This record gives sequence, C-alpha cells and structure tokens, in this order.
Amino acid sequence: MAVAQMNMIHALNSAMDVMLGRDPSVVVLGEDVGYFGGVFRCTEGLQRKYGESRVLDTPIAEGGILAAAIGMAVNGLRPVAEIQFADYIYPAYDQIVSELARIRYRSAGEFSAPVTVRTPCGGGIRGGQTHSQSPEALFAHVAGLKVVMPSNPYDAKGLLIAAIEDDDPVIYFEPKRIYNGPFDGDPGKPAVPWSAHPKGEVPNGHFTVPIGKAEITRPGNDLTVVTYGTMVHVSDAAARGLGLDAEIIDVRTMVPLDTDTICDSVARTGRCVIVHEATRFAGFGAELSATIQEQCFWKLQAPILRVAGWDTPYPHAFEWEYFPGQARVARALKAVMEAA
Amino acid sequence: MVKPSRLHVPKTPARPGEAPDFGYLRLSAAGAVARPDPGAPMPETRYLSEELVRVLDDGHRAVGPWNPGLDAKQLQAGLRHMLLTRVFDDRMQRIQRSGKISFYMRSFGEEAVSVAMAMALEPDDMLFPSYRNQGLYVVRGRPLLDLMCQLLSNTRDMCKGRQLPVMYHWAEGNIFSISGNLATQYPQAVGWAMAAAIKGEDTVAVSWLGEGSSAEADFHHALLFASVYKAPVILNVVNNQWAISTFQGYAGGERQSFAARGPGFGIAGIRVDGNDFLAVHAVTRWAAERARTGRGPTLIEHVTYRAAAHSTSDDPARYRPKDDYDQWPLGDPVDRLKQHLVGLGEWSEDRYAALVAELEEHVASSWKEAVKHGTLTEGPRLDPGLMFEDVFKEMPPHLHRQEAEMRAGLEE
Repeated sequence: MAVAQMNMIHALNSAMDVMLGRDPSVVVLGEDVGYFGGVFRCTEGLQRKYGESRVLDTPIAEGGILAAAIGMAVNGLRPVAEIQFADYIYPAYDQIVSELARIRYRSAGEFSAPVTVRTPCGGGIRGGQTHSQSPEALFAHVAGLKVVMPSNPYDAKGLLIAAIEDDDPVIYFEPKRIYNGPFDGDPGKPAVPWSAHPKGEVPNGHFTVPIGKAEITRPGNDLTVVTYGTMVHVSDAAARGLGLDAEIIDVRTMVPLDTDTICDSVARTGRCVIVHEATRFAGFGAELSATIQEQCFWKLQAPILRVAGWDTPYPHAFEWEYFPGQARVARALKAVMEAA
Repeated sequence: MVKPSRLHVPKTPARPGEAPDFGYLRLSAAGAVARPDPGAPMPETRYLSEELVRVLDDGHRAVGPWNPGLDAKQLQAGLRHMLLTRVFDDRMQRIQRSGKISFYMRSFGEEAVSVAMAMALEPDDMLFPSYRNQGLYVVRGRPLLDLMCQLLSNTRDMCKGRQLPVMYHWAEGNIFSISGNLATQYPQAVGWAMAAAIKGEDTVAVSWLGEGSSAEADFHHALLFASVYKAPVILNVVNNQWAISTFQGYAGGERQSFAARGPGFGIAGIRVDGNDFLAVHAVTRWAAERARTGRGPTLIEHVTYRAAAHSTSDDPARYRPKDDYDQWPLGDPVDRLKQHLVGLGEWSEDRYAALVAELEEHVASSWKEAVKHGTLTEGPRLDPGLMFEDVFKEMPPHLHRQEAEMRAGLEE
C-alpha cells in the first residue's frame, strides 16, 4: 500500500476519508466540520467530496450532536461525531454516559449505537482552562465505553478506522499539541514536524490499529514508563536525557486496557512511573497504579510514582508550570531508580 | 409608582383540601378549530398551537374538520386497546402492592395518547417512548406475557434482569428502549429521523415525554435539530398536568402552551384534547403526512390528566385534591370513546362488561403463565453472569475476570 508523510490532522482526515468512501453508512457531524473543515482542519475537504448530508455542520449543542448521533446509529448509520474541544463535551455527558454507553446493555443487545466521538484534548496551546483539558478518566470510568488516545499519525489513522468499524461506542481523544508534530515538552525549542518521525509515515488506504493493545514504543530494562498521548514523547525525552534504558509503553487504549503488556514489562523491570497530562487525583494513572501493584507487587523494587497535571484547572498564564514536562518526569524517573 | 421586581412562584391551582380548579385550562369547542392542509407552511398553522383540537363534543358525537372518519371496527379496536392497557395497568398495580414486582407506572387517564397514535402510524414508524406509553405495545401486539416477564425480571425477561419494570424495548416492533432518564429519547428520535432522511426512506420517528421533562435541555436540542434539518419526526408533549407533585406551571406552562414551543423553533405545533381518541388520531395522521411528504416535524401537546399516581412510589393525596380527576373537564378517554360508540349504535353496556371480563381473564391467564418463569423473589432466576454480557459486543478480558471472580464468590 502506498504511504505518505502525514501529520495527525492529515491522518485523521485520511481515516474519515477512507471510511466515508468505503461505507455509505458512515457520516461525520459536528460544529464547523462541514464547509469549513473543522477548527483544526481534520475534516477539510470531506463535505465537498461526500456531500452535505454525509458531512454535516451542526448547531452548537453538544448534547444534541450526541443524541442525534445515537439516533442515527440506532437507524443503521455509523456516525463520527466531533466535539470541537474535549472541554466542551460535558453538555453531552448525559447522552454519552446514560445513553450511548448502555443502549446495548439495557436492551439486551436488541439495539446498539456504534458512535465514534472524536475530540481534541490536552494543553500546551495557550488554551486556558476551557481548551486544555484531558477528561479521559471521566469516560474510562463508565461501563460500556471504549476509550482511545493515539500518540502519533500512524496510530491516529489506524485507531480511528478501528473505532469507526467497532460495533461499540468509542471516545477518541486527540492530543492536539501533537497534531502537527511530536512534542518533547519544551516549548522553547523549534517545532519538530511529523515528517522527522517514523510514525509520520502512514499508508494511504485502509488499515487498522487494534483497540485494546498497548505498544512498547521504546524497549528498555531499567524501568517502565506507562503513558499515552503527548506524554509518550515527553517521557521518552526525559528518559533519554537521563541516559536511562527506560521501557516506554504507549497505552493507546484506556478501555479495554492491555494489562498484559503493561504488567509483563513492570514485572521485568521492577520499577514504574506513570505519566499523564490530566489531573492526578482519581486520574487514569490511579487505575494503572492499582492494577500494576495488584499484579506486580512482589516484583516491584520501588513505589510506583505518578507524574500528572496538578489538581487545579489548567491556568492560562502558568501553562508550563502546570504541564508535566521533562523536568517533572525526570525527577520521578530518578526517584524510582534511586529507591532501594 | 413602578413596583420592584419580585420572584414569581407559579401558583398550583389546588392542593389537598382545596376544591379542584381547572380554570386555567384554555378550551376550544369540539369541531371549532380549522384543519389546515398538512402541507401548509408553519406560519399558517400557528393558531393550532394555542387552540385545542377536539372532535368529540359533549354529546359524544364526532364533529368538525378533524373527524378522522374511522369506521366502527377501528373505533372498537381502539376501545379494546385502551381498555386492555387499563386492565393490565390496574392488575400490575395491585400485584406491585403484593410485592411480586418492585415498581410500576400506570398510564390511567392517558391511554388515548399511546393507543390512538400507534393506530394512526405505520408499523415501520419508529417509536421512542417515555415510561408511560404501554399502549404502544398493546397496539403493536407485544404479548402481555412478555411485558409481565420484564416486570418480574424473570428468566423470560427481555431485558435480562437489567432494567427497572416498565423500561421495555422491542426492536422487531420498532419500539426503542426506554431509558429511565427523562427526555433523552427525544433528540435521539430526531437523529433517527435524520438518518431516515439521509437514507431517503419515508419512515417517521415519533417520541413522547411529559410536560415536566420538557424542561430538560434534550427537549430543546430535539426541537432545534428537528427544525434545522426538517427531520421527519413527531414530537409529543404529554401534558398530564403533573410532574410527580409539581404542577405544569413549573415546566413553563403558566403563560403559554407547550405546543407553542413548536412555532418558536419554526415547527408546526398542535394542542390537542389528549382524552379524545378521535382528535389524537386525526392530529397524528396530519403530522405523519406532513413528515412523510418532506414538510418536516410537528410538535403535539396532548392535554390530558395523570389520573393515577406518578408511580407506585408516591401518594397523590399528599399533593393534590382527591377528587381532582373527577372534575377534570376533558373527561376520561375510555369512557368518551365508549359513549361515542354507544351513540353510533355500535356498542352497549353489556358488550362493555363482557369485554372487561374477557380482558381481565386474558391478563390473569398471562400473569399465571408469567410467574411460572420466576418472580423477583421466587425462582427460577436468571444467571447473574448475564450482568457481564452486552456491556460490549465482545466481552473484554477485565469483565471475564470479574465474572469469574463473582462466580467464585457464589460458590464459597
């Protein structure tokens, strides 16, 4: 299959393009996704190519977008709903939590709603407290939802196609700081494009990355870093900076969680740091930490540490003090290595 | 002198110990409201949202332009469906009191809304009901046995023990799963209708909610999306005057009809006598024709009265006059259709008594069969492992592990 250099925006666009072309039941809907092509350009050109009734601009009503998508799915379509920022998803929370997640369950399988909800998350773009959040834990906590967050263009496309083809609802988070290039956490450095990264090479056609499988993005023996999204790159840079032979695991799918890949690694290295951008308290890292200690307690040589956003809203002027950058990750890596 | 602003608290017309007062209800005479062509542009239908479409007059004759012209057979079928709904409800209420089922909700007084509408629609029109629409199941022919087994959460429960009583679903009968959360089904019905339009099919989606839950944001999303995309959907507000203990004024009904929300969104709105089987049938036909011919959505407000408690968990004597329903000016839907048929010479008290006896026997024998499959308190029981199924299409590893853990616990 022919490949092309893509950033994450191109990769997401390509995934929707492939699916709109292959499957007449696929529709895309959301605020500004049609004529304009989305505020982050992820749906650029799709309405022109597939028409106004398959790529729909919607009113500014996230609850309405989700409810409409559910109704469409019940009537045989495969809607891909865009919520413009993850920070705007809360008006749709009831439709996602009480409806989308449970329609198959409550109807004993007679009805289902294969909806994919795409939404950009994360900070580092001067978005302040309403354009920077990472609410994945709020969805991972809900029975009946699959939750996905890619960290590179290749996975972005493969996972989005897998999500659209999945018969269960998928909440698909897109770390917007790395839309255009991998980001190591240092905002002072010049931006790096995806063309310089091996995962920026993406097949043009149809392929999938399986939902429910983590990936070891860098094998190592000293310790295991369990992370996802933007923090995959920050963690990698922090480990390299310390000269540590760290094993970096990109979780990719929060639900269902690939505990085998994670726990096999930690059982081998005996040391683990969990890194995510979302707030720490009751964050997804808490679930990872609890699962790892249950399965790896007797192999652990140090307490599991978490590096996360502070438990505050995401502040506009203190973005880089808030963001869990390389220095904070490095401190945790050192602490875990120095423990007995 | 200009008075300062003061908080207005809606005044409930009558509370326990007070005389029922329905002076707030705006009524139109039967036959008095003109029927526009179903293709009429919305502005020409605006008056329908403030008037009250009625067909049966005080003498139980069918009058005026909305008379749907149903034959005696159809009217008798309507009476039978409404009466079966009522007999079923009454029996299930008594059984709940005896502890065999945990919870029940009757549709007493509102039977015409579900029955007349279901009869006026096509079988492949998709229904998104609220929890007080059991008449839809009766008209579409779901055996009472199946509904009872759901109420019992027994081994034949369509919901596999996962849902509160009355939260039915029926894919084959084109009736969507009842959520239990209010109003969520309303914008979903609009999405379903949008999909029908995208696919070029001429089916219609229909949804119901109470006037109380029209306060939810989902109501507004539904009307907005229906209007924006001209979705082939019929949205019904069943204004039964009460949201548990709260009078309809608290949902915004004090100064304007609920039907008038339709024109506010650019949608035709009709206010109909919800206890008038013929009127409900007629406005449903009108709205369905409108939807099926590309004229878009209709909002129908059914003016009716919740003659029963909200559910088996509340006692209306604590919040409204005991004789409220006796004074309700729009009467009882079953009685009115019965009187109409009697007037036509197509029915009699004897036939009525015989029908009641027949339906009671049908309900009793269905119940006898249902309990053979278990009750909430007596076996046989469903396998509790069913709680782990259908969370996802394929069970993921963590649920396999949890199911094994649960089973190990049961064996201890």
